[in-house]
Amino acid sequence: METLNCEVLGVREVNRALRRLPARSQVRVTNTYGKHNIAVGLDKEISITLGGNTGYFTGGLGGSSDGTGPDIVVDGFVGWSLAENLMGGSVRVKGSASQSAASSARGGTIIIEGDASLRAGISLKGATLAVAGNVGAMSGFMAQAGTILVGGNAGAGLGDSLYEAVIYVAGSIVSLGADAQVEELSSDDILAIKRLVEITGFDHIDPHRVTRVASARRLYHFSAQNHGSY
Amino acid sequence: MPNDHNDAPPAPTSYSFPPAEMDRIHALADTGTYQIRGLGARRKLPSFDDLVFLTSSVSRYPLEGYRERCDTRTELGARHGAAPLELAIPITIAGMSFGALSSAAKEALGRAASEVGTSTTTGDGGMTPEERKASSKLVYQVLPSRYGFDPADLRQADAIEIVIGQGAKPGGGGLLLGQKVNARVAALRTLPPGIDQRSASRHPDWVGPDDLRIKMEELREATDWSIPIYVKIGATRVEHDVKLAVAAGADVVVVDGMQGGTAATQDVFIENAGIPTLPAVRLAAKALRDIGMERQVQLVVSGGIRSGADVAKALALGADAVSIGVAALVALGCNRPSCAGSNGEVRDVREDYIALGTTAGNCSHCHTGMCPVGIATQEPHLEERLDIERATQAVVNYLRATTMELTALTRACGKSSVHHLEPDDLVALTIEAAAMAKVPLAGTNWIPGSGAL
Ligand code: SF4
Repeated sequence: METLNCEVLGVREVNRALRRLPARSQVRVTNTYGKHNIAVGLDKEISITLGGNTGYFTGGLGGSSDGTGPDIVVDGFVGWSLAENLMGGSVRVKGSASQSAASSARGGTIIIEGDASLRAGISLKGATLAVAGNVGAMSGFMAQAGTILVGGNAGAGLGDSLYEAVIYVAGSIVSLGADAQVEELSSDDILAIKRLVEITGFDHIDPHRVTRVASARRLYHFSAQNHGSY
Repeated sequence: MPNDHNDAPPAPTSYSFPPAEMDRIHALADTGTYQIRGLGARRKLPSFDDLVFLTSSVSRYPLEGYRERCDTRTELGARHGAAPLELAIPITIAGMSFGALSSAAKEALGRAASEVGTSTTTGDGGMTPEERKASSKLVYQVLPSRYGFDPADLRQADAIEIVIGQGAKPGGGGLLLGQKVNARVAALRTLPPGIDQRSASRHPDWVGPDDLRIKMEELREATDWSIPIYVKIGATRVEHDVKLAVAAGADVVVVDGMQGGTAATQDVFIENAGIPTLPAVRLAAKALRDIGMERQVQLVVSGGIRSGADVAKALALGADAVSIGVAALVALGCNRPSCAGSNGEVRDVREDYIALGTTAGNCSHCHTGMCPVGIATQEPHLEERLDIERATQAVVNYLRATTMELTALTRACGKSSVHHLEPDDLVALTIEAAAMAKVPLAGTNWIPGSGAL
C-alpha cells in the first residue's frame, strides 16, 4: 500500500497524488494533524485511509453522479462539513464529527462511528448518513432527500423544514423542528434500517425500535396561516 | 375625484396613503400574504444617471472616434495564478438560473456572450449541458441552496462564484414558486415537483469569514487551483464585506447593488434592503485601495446597469467590469409587446401581459412562470415564443452597441483603454450623488462629507 505523508508533502501535493492514482489503488495518508481539505474532489474508486484527525471538508466534493467514488476511512476525528456534497462512494469516520457533517451530500454513504455535532445532514440531497452515537441540534435541517440514521439521541429542532429526506432515530429526540413529524414505522422502513445496520455494523440499533421522522409537508406552499410555524 | 355632497374642492391625495398604497394594503388584507415579484428595485434611487463625464476640450484632448484604438479587454482572476478569464469586453452576463429562465433563454445568452467574447454565469439550479455547450466562458455559482451542485460540473467551469448575497435581497434566500418547478427543474434541484421552493440564505457547510477561507481552499483543491474564484455579495456593509472576501482569498469580488434583479423575491426586500449600486462601487473600490489590492483583485459591479454610460461610470469609479442581468433579459425581448417565435411568425402578446395583470413595459411577473415572451418560463408553449437564433443576435447587438457607447465616452475623455477612466472624469448633478460617489457637484469642487466647501 502506498503511503503519503501529509506533513512532508502538504495538502496540495497529497490531493494531487490522490487524484493521479488509478482506480482500485489503496493508499494511506499519514500525519494528517487536523488539516483541512484532505481528499477532496476525488472521483475514482480508490481506497484511502486517513491515519489521524482531519479538519474541515474531509472527503468533500467526492464521487460522481453515478454513485461511484472513493472509499475513505478516517482513523480519527473530523472537523466541519465532512463529505460535503458527496456524490458517491463512502466515507467512514472512526471518531466523531464536528458540525454540518454530510451537508448537501447527494449520493454515497457517510458513516460516523462516534457522535456528530450540530446540523448533521443539513440540506442533504440523496446521500445516506449514519451516525452510531448522538447528533446535535438542527440536524437534518432542510434535508431534501436521502436517509439519516441516528444510533443514539437527537438534539433540538430535528428535521426542521424537511423536504423528502427521512430520519430514523434509535434513541430519544429533544424536539422536532418546524414541519417535522413522527410517523409510523413501515416494513419497508425496517428493511431499510436492517440494511443500514448491516452496512455500518451499528448492531446496537434494533431496526424495530426506531423512530421515523419525516416532513408533514405543511410548509410546501406559502400561506400566511403558517407564519407562526417558521 | 368628483364630490357629490357639496362644491368643495377635492381633497389632495394623501402622501402617506396614496391610492397605490391603499391598494397594496387591500391586497394584503385579501390574500394574507406579501407580494412576490421579479426584477429589481422600482423606486427612484441615486444612480449613475446623476453623474456626467467631463470629456476633453482644451486642457485634455480626445481620441479620434472610430480610428484610434480604445481597448476594452478585461482580465479577471489572476491573483492566485489560476488561468484568468480573458474577456473581450468588460460586460459579463450575471447568474440567472435555469428554472427561473427557460433553457432557450439560457442558451441564447450563452451563445451571444461567446460570440462577443464574454462570460455567462450559471444560477441557483446547477449547470445544464446546453449552457455549458453554448458558453465559451462559464462561471459556476456555489450558492447556499447547492441545488444540482456537481463536482463534475465544477471541473468543467472556467471560474467559480461563491454567492453570499444578491443586491435584490441581501441576506435573503431565493424563491421559486410551484408553477415553475416542473419535473426537470425539480429533478435538478432534488425537490418534489410543484412545491414553492425556498432556497437557503446561508451556506450549509460554512459560516463566517474564517470558514469561507477554508471553503475557498476546498474549491481550489477540487479544481487543482486552475480556475479563479469570485465572491459575490449584495451591497450592504460593502467596505467590510469586500475586505473580508479578499482576506478569505477571493480573486474577484462581485458587488451587486440594490437595483439588481431577481427572479422572485418579496417586494419589501427588493425595495428596502441594501444600498444602491452608485455608492456600492465607490465603497468597494475604496476597500480594495485601502488594503492595497486595487487591480490585483478585480471588482465586478452589477445592479441596474443598462447602457454604455452606466458601464463607463462604474469603471471610472473603480470597477474592472460590470455584470448585467435585467438588461440582458430586456435585450432578449423581456417586456416587448410582441415576439417572433421559432417559426418566424410575429405574434402580438399584449393580451398575455394583461392576463398577468400587467402591461408590456411594466412587467415584473417572472415569478409566475407565465412570461409572455418565453424567457422566464418553463411552459413549452411559451418557451417556443423565444427563437434562439434571433434572441442570440439581439443580445449580440445589444452588447456590441453598449460597448460602442462605452468606448465613445472613453475616447472623448482622451483615454485609450476603458480601464483608464477615473473618478476625475466625473462630476455629479445632485448633492446625494456627489456624496455617494465622492465626486464634486458639477460646477463646484464640493464633495459633501470631504470637509472642503
Ligand atoms: S416579460 Fe418575462 S422576463 Fe420580462 S419581466 Fe415579464 S415575465 Fe419576466
